[in-house]
Amino acid sequence: MEVARFWRTNKQRYQLVGEECPHCQAKIFPPRDVCPSCEKEAKVPYVFSGKGEVFSFSTLHQAPAGFERYAPYTVALVKLSEGPMVTAQLTDVDAGDVKIGMPVEMVTRVLREDGERGMLVYGYKFRPSN
Amino acid sequence: MRDVSIIGIGQTVVGEHWDKSLRELGYYALASAMKDAKLERIDALYVGNAHSGALSNQENVGAMIADFAGLRGVEALKIEAAGASAAAAMRMGYIAVAGGLCDFVACVGVEKMTDQQPSTQEMALAMAGDGDYEAMQGLTTVSLNALLMRRYMHEHGYGKGDFAHFAVNAHANAVNNPFAMYRMNISPKQFAEAKPLSDPISMFDSSPVADGAACVILAPSALAKEFTDRPVRVRASAVATDTIGLHDRRDLLALDAAAWSAQKAYASAGIGPDDIDLFELHDGFTIMSALSLEAAGFAARGRGVGLALDGEIRLGGRIPITTMGGMKARGNPAGASGLYQIVEAALQLRGEAGANQVANARLAMTQNIGGSGATVITSILEGETWK
Ligand SMILES: [Zn+2]
Repeated sequence: MEVARFWRTNKQRYQLVGEECPHCQAKIFPPRDVCPSCEKEAKVPYVFSGKGEVFSFSTLHQAPAGFERYAPYTVALVKLSEGPMVTAQLTDVDAGDVKIGMPVEMVTRVLREDGERGMLVYGYKFRPSN
Repeated sequence: MRDVSIIGIGQTVVGEHWDKSLRELGYYALASAMKDAKLERIDALYVGNAHSGALSNQENVGAMIADFAGLRGVEALKIEAAGASAAAAMRMGYIAVAGGLCDFVACVGVEKMTDQQPSTQEMALAMAGDGDYEAMQGLTTVSLNALLMRRYMHEHGYGKGDFAHFAVNAHANAVNNPFAMYRMNISPKQFAEAKPLSDPISMFDSSPVADGAACVILAPSALAKEFTDRPVRVRASAVATDTIGLHDRRDLLALDAAAWSAQKAYASAGIGPDDIDLFELHDGFTIMSALSLEAAGFAARGRGVGLALDGEIRLGGRIPITTMGGMKARGNPAGASGLYQIVEAALQLRGEAGANQVANARLAMTQNIGGSGATVITSILEGETWK
């Protein structure tokens, strides 16, 4: 179990806390401390709205260790309305109904159960929105 | 800097080697390359390997293979760059010989993957991506490539069947490669009916997990003729990197690092894509072949699949690729694949590719990719046979 590792990214997984660059106002997610647009330091927290649209998607059948019980599941690149792209699972939708450009919103769900004693890891997934 | 040449090559058959360990595979490729070069001692051994920790519970693989090969005391290091590990080992060897630090260097790529269950293999392969923001969400290497392929089809208007030609070509070429894993032809119909792995990627878009090892011996070009009649000169070696996560790319369908490393390699060899006679590209997935052809300057944006549809990637086409079967049909032992590419390119440039010989092949390019485009290593090789 990697409790500290999961804890370090709690703010990102629970609330989509990224950064805003104080120099060029670029919105950054995941946080990276150096702005990808202007390459200056960017450490000002910024909470994303969780709204976006599907940029690409796929339903996978062979899950990695730790995710076997959830397969098949649908993953996507979601383009957030503030600009950045986020990689996440889609939820509350049939795989056959997913389309590129579909509006989605962030929700919090169980991502995985870790180990035999079952520590639950929660995080963002995205579901269709109007 | 000194000119560097390949004076020996070796490889094992790619496959599921339940009877052979990581160290045995590595040693067989090394011994076979040293025999090819008629060499008894080397100054250094660089071992490319991606997954020994996650899949074989073994690190310190440089020392382990040197020890097993009876090279006690020699400089030996493992080099890791995910799926580009083998080309990275080659790069380290090139730096050592070109820089005058070593004369004779063995670059080995070795991978042992089939001891583990598929879910463990997927977990290990996913370590090439962003652990906190891709693997944490349950993404696999296959599904990351599926996201690329879906978007590519959406933007450029291709159907899934249009990607068949990459796999059909690879399998046709593997038939004549005694070291290949799948030496049988496949048809576009079989491609269309293959089992989906992560749609739109199905079994025949994806290269198989495998065990194997390949090796080249590098030496100063000035000494090469003492060891072989057919040295292969390393005309360029270039590495570039991009964001570890796909979501952070400047342009999802551009493979910037592949373009940058190819441009660096062309500039250092003083040539361009039109001069290349064959291209051993990174066909881990059909979409990677299309994006690599575009990034390396062989096709315009969105035309990589078109080049395959037009038959230009076959032996005898404008730019033959995966001439000995590629990762798709020769098999993809991840951290060894980059040296299979280089060994196969060397076979072509030595005129030893048998039924798959590219006529008058003088310049070959290889490109090895770690992750979904995060580390890209390009080499340009020139045969000296016809000089
Ligand atoms: Zn900035």
